[in-house]
Amino acid sequence: MSPVETAESAPEPASKIELPAHLGGGGEIPTFDVTLRVRRYDPEFSDESKWEDFRMTMYGTDRVLDALHKVKWEQDGSLSFRRSCAHGVCGSDAMRINGRNRLACKTLLKDLDTSKPILVEPIKGLPVEKDLIVDMEPFFQSFREIMPFLINRDHAPTKERLQSAEERARFDDTTKCILCAACTSSCPVFWTDGQYFGPAAIVNAHRFIFDSRDDAGDMRLEILNDKEGVWRCRTVFNCTEACPRGIQVTQAIAEVKQAILSRQV
Amino acid sequence: MSADSIAAPRSNSAQSPKYKRNKASHSSFEMIAWLFMRLSGVVLIVLIFGHLFVNLMVGEGIHAIDFGFVAGKWSDPFWQIWDLAMLWLAMLHGSNGVRTIINDYADRDGTRMTLKAVLYVASAVIIVLGTLVIFTFDPCPAGAVIDLPSFCTVP
Repeated sequence: MSPVETAESAPEPASKIELPAHLGGGGEIPTFDVTLRVRRYDPEFSDESKWEDFRMTMYGTDRVLDALHKVKWEQDGSLSFRRSCAHGVCGSDAMRINGRNRLACKTLLKDLDTSKPILVEPIKGLPVEKDLIVDMEPFFQSFREIMPFLINRDHAPTKERLQSAEERARFDDTTKCILCAACTSSCPVFWTDGQYFGPAAIVNAHRFIFDSRDDAGDMRLEILNDKEGVWRCRTVFNCTEACPRGIQVTQAIAEVKQAILSRQV
Repeated sequence: MSADSIAAPRSNSAQSPKYKRNKASHSSFEMIAWLFMRLSGVVLIVLIFGHLFVNLMVGEGIHAIDFGFVAGKWSDPFWQIWDLAMLWLAMLHGSNGVRTIINDYADRDGTRMTLKAVLYVASAVIIVLGTLVIFTFDPCPAGAVIDLPSFCTVP
């Protein structure tokens, strides 16, 4: 036994400040029962998708993703969904929760109406592969077409390419995109035939079009002037509402429209 | 079922490797159409409310509208141009709106083409017919038994 520990034998308390119960934080985390109603689809067994209910007791700090984990780990291991970081940055777990596109890892159960079943479906407009997993290829196809990388024809500098704070702020909002497809798969125009580039591709084009270091803004504007480009946007605002990063998607699309107009007219 | 209530993206094109995108259009038609909707919309607000005000509010209001009232307006070049502009802008504005709705909601190429063909023919007929009426209108038809505008010389 070391001499330091002799003075006090009781273990140190978790908190040295006594918190009254009404302040929260000191008390126990509340629990509640929820029903998770998941849209299941497994082409190996059936061409039809169907709803399946899972009941469980969850904590007030749990998210929809935790409920899905609980199902997969404790009730039905065949449930399939994507998730990577589980903290709202990787953009893997976009799904339709109670009819709205959200990230399962950013949606707290306590913020939903737990008296009714919580509806969890795959995002719409992309082909479902299994349960909540969709084929993202059409989404990334449009993304690749707008050339989402820096194009600069100057000689490569020996240090970083400098930019003023104002120039950086011009496209700050659209740098936040995590490519979760919540916006594109909430867009009714994309649902039609999927030919529309979709909000996510336009957001990522916006990020480079308005970047002072990039030289290919004209090429990107030309691509988005297509009949399946920005002009198919009907300013429904579904994308802005769906974006888990709070990007003003519809505004970004409108700015690209204006850029095309001021270039051509 | 949700798995196929919405068709897979880009699955309807005739050339059918998976997810084939339409060929790039390389035209600014959609941009011009978009711009036209905004500009014609602003002009139409003036034209339509001017039209409603003159027809329904000025003088006796709606009770003044009869053959003579319309004939009187269409013998004036000012109202001919006004109504012509209203006809053309409203028809093109409305047709373009319906065209975008067809593009958004009809997902089979065949359906889309058919609906748009019907729309274009209908719009063209109405525009041509309306233009003809405005310019060939006879305000003083011979042998009329109704009230003619005051400038008609009754034989």
